[in-house]
Amino acid sequence: MAKVIVDGIPVEVPNGSSVLQACEAAGKEIPRFCYHDKLSVAGNCRMCMVEITGARKPLVSSCSHPVMEGMHVTTDSETIRTARRSTMELLLINHPLDCPICDQGGECDLQDQAVGYGRDCSRYTDEKRAVVDKYMGPLIRTVMTRCIQCTRCIRFTNEIAGTAELGGIYRGTSLEITPFIEQSLVSELSGNLIDVCPVGALTSKPTAFHYRSWELKNTDSIDVVDAVGTNIMLQIRGNEVMRVLPRKNDDVNEEWLSDKGRFSLDGLKRRRLDRPWIKKNGKLVEASWTETIQYVADKLKTVAADRIGAIAGDLCDAESMLALKHLVNGLGSANTDCRQDNAYYDISERGNYVFNSSIAGIEDADALLVIGSFPRQEAPVLNARIRKRWLSLTEQFPIAYIGELPDDPTYKIDHLGESPELINELLAGNHAFVDILKNAKRPMIILGHGALIRPDSKVIFEKTMALANAIGAVSEDWNGFNILHHAASRVAGLDLGFIPQGQGKDVAAMINGGVDVLWMLGADEVDISTLSPECFVIYQGHHGERAASRADVILPGATYTEKSGTYVNTEGRVQRSFRAICPPGEAKEEWSVICSIGQALAVEQPYQNLETLRQYMTEVNPVFAQCGLVKNSVAVSVGDGAQGNFEKQPLTAVISDYFLTNSISRASLTMNECSKLRYAPSAEAAE
Amino acid sequence: MSEKSMNIQPAEFTFDQESEQQIEKILAKYPAARKASAVISLLYVVQNQMNRETKSAWVPKVAMSVVAKRLEISPVRVFEVATFYTMFNLEPIGQYHLQVCGTTPCWLRGSDDIVTACKNATGIKEFGQTSDDGMFTLSEVECLGACANAPILQVDHDYYEDMTAESTTKLIDLLRQGNKPAHGSMIDRFNSAPIGKKFSQNTEAKDVK
Ligand code: SF4
Ligand code: FES
Ligand code: FES
Repeated sequence: MAKVIVDGIPVEVPNGSSVLQACEAAGKEIPRFCYHDKLSVAGNCRMCMVEITGARKPLVSSCSHPVMEGMHVTTDSETIRTARRSTMELLLINHPLDCPICDQGGECDLQDQAVGYGRDCSRYTDEKRAVVDKYMGPLIRTVMTRCIQCTRCIRFTNEIAGTAELGGIYRGTSLEITPFIEQSLVSELSGNLIDVCPVGALTSKPTAFHYRSWELKNTDSIDVVDAVGTNIMLQIRGNEVMRVLPRKNDDVNEEWLSDKGRFSLDGLKRRRLDRPWIKKNGKLVEASWTETIQYVADKLKTVAADRIGAIAGDLCDAESMLALKHLVNGLGSANTDCRQDNAYYDISERGNYVFNSSIAGIEDADALLVIGSFPRQEAPVLNARIRKRWLSLTEQFPIAYIGELPDDPTYKIDHLGESPELINELLAGNHAFVDILKNAKRPMIILGHGALIRPDSKVIFEKTMALANAIGAVSEDWNGFNILHHAASRVAGLDLGFIPQGQGKDVAAMINGGVDVLWMLGADEVDISTLSPECFVIYQGHHGERAASRADVILPGATYTEKSGTYVNTEGRVQRSFRAICPPGEAKEEWSVICSIGQALAVEQPYQNLETLRQYMTEVNPVFAQCGLVKNSVAVSVGDGAQGNFEKQPLTAVISDYFLTNSISRASLTMNECSKLRYAPSAEAAE
Repeated sequence: MSEKSMNIQPAEFTFDQESEQQIEKILAKYPAARKASAVISLLYVVQNQMNRETKSAWVPKVAMSVVAKRLEISPVRVFEVATFYTMFNLEPIGQYHLQVCGTTPCWLRGSDDIVTACKNATGIKEFGQTSDDGMFTLSEVECLGACANAPILQVDHDYYEDMTAESTTKLIDLLRQGNKPAHGSMIDRFNSAPIGKKFSQNTEAKDVK
């Protein structure tokens, strides 16, 4: 630690910190453009000037100047102000000053700092330079004349995204930011460029000119497009979500958000189910809630309990799943399943189905084996954490993958192959990588759904567990056995026991004639083509997709933005989101509809409102009592399946189209366009 | 990069055998993990190969991706370097690249005359243009570090020194005939030794051979 005195305030900061960090520790705000605390230091904008008493050159850029014991720093003086004013003047020489038509207006660093350090008029009489805008795909709008060459975007793609797509070409006053080829950016994190760019050079294309930042109201929420549980902020105007931004949470997403989470928002308004429908004489007709609830209740009364089944989809909140499970169980059926993909889990211990190392814990690991997963698509933000660890200069981080590689993982890996047989080889110690894992102090294994949705998943799971034990991945103070989920609702579903109990039927059994009434709670991804025409389908959800068109009754529901919900991320972290807007038309939060149907059926329900429902939830599973990360029980060791055999076919990736994985993103025009450009690039307009 | 250059970009580029041999030598100079440092040298290899193949020394965009692949870096990193240095031509140029130094010593010694002579002999009107016959491209460059023998006209990689308008015209005529004369000083001078006889500030001009 070094003691530094900032404006007379003594602070202690770790050795190697920058003067800027010391100033922040002393509560002083230092203006900056190029410095970003998650990116490497460039020190090129010169806005962060401070004075250091006794230094050879007293004015230094604080972001790139390391602290020294006993240093005296002044953050405000006439000299400093003059320096900052000059910097500002230089930056504005070529800036177009088009704030009135700039989407960054109101939240622009340049604008804000011009208030403090800008001259009221320009002394510059020469022509300004203009830069040709660059095409970066359907998500990022560029106005490159506004760029102040801070290079944050270059550093972001280089360091965080790992795609190294942007660069600075030419030099001096001609410097321009550009991708090598003008095509859609390939990173799944590209939307963060908008946040990272301090000016209006990179802004959101799909929502260009839709709002002004000061018109928006914020609601805290949780992203549901994957199981990372990214903390987000929904920005609302009227009854519309105008923008989704990440919230800072160093334990989960740092300050990043995946493109799907950010840009699916137009899907919230399209193809919505906004009123109840009942199928009469083969045709869906509009109905009132009272009629619909009675209709469903009457139907449920007529069937045998064990012929009722419920499937929960990937976006469901824990409240709705619990209410539905309670109802179905209350009617006497054990047929509930939240695994649309029929994945195999061992739920005897919570540690067996969550990401035990925790996302932040990735930074402590020193070797990683990924089996049947491609985190870049299944959890882009988590993948950025792996990359961050990999980039760390202090310690090596060897990474190996077993399974299909649909793309570049964004860091160097040892691709062992695609066959599950490799697990056996690792177990037998026949593979060089096993030594790396064994020698590591905190080795990690990530088991993904590419390995869990196969007929031999139990074998893979247990052998992987055995491997984890063999390499010492699970110990008192380190748990390196991880399941990576990509469905936001899955861990909560497992925590609540929304899986077939006892004689209960799973998704496959239910679809293949196991039930006469099937309640599909947002279950949009199950293949229902083999469902018998006699089966009565209750579809409850927000988007009219395949399942809704097959439904006999449609109960319109709320998206994650329209309800207060509990979500458990892949780590087992319980998080709450808040209701930002109202559902469209007559759509209602799912749990309340389920509750009403339960009442109509006189099923005993120990809850009447959200509060008591959440109370009940903590009784069902105490992990819900506390928001945040719950310490998971240690994964248990091998069961009997470890002797089984693997199937021949290779481990394939679970996500074939990153952009279209759920009903919201499938309804989004932006996501559809992205998908078309990425997966059928010939269609890309020559720009 | 201009509209024009987008149309003339070749669809592909592969190193020929000669280039491969050069690359092997170049890469041997760097530790394997630091081979990205060879980017400038490799861009020269590209430019020279283009000269051999098309009589025009320039670096097409596809070649940048080829270099990037070879060095295992992102193509935009190569693009950055290629655009940073004026020595890399990003569009096709004439068979001979006439580069007149216009920095102060050369200018004092008459570089303006050299420029005029170049323009007259080739029909080029402005810097950056290529003559109609495609033989010459004229550029102005900054100090070539050979001020002792100013003014300098650099043709491709070679320096022609102590130029005059006459020697420039003659040189261009010879080049047009496909005759590249020996480079170096165009007058009675050995390397950058004094004209005629060697002498130092302390001695009279006398023969010290
Ligand atoms: S585009 Fe934005 S982030 Fe990138 S260099 Fe310019 S100002 Fe900085
Ligand atoms: S913030 Fe320090 S130089 Fe830019
Ligand atoms: S000024 Fe022409 S070579 Fe130095």
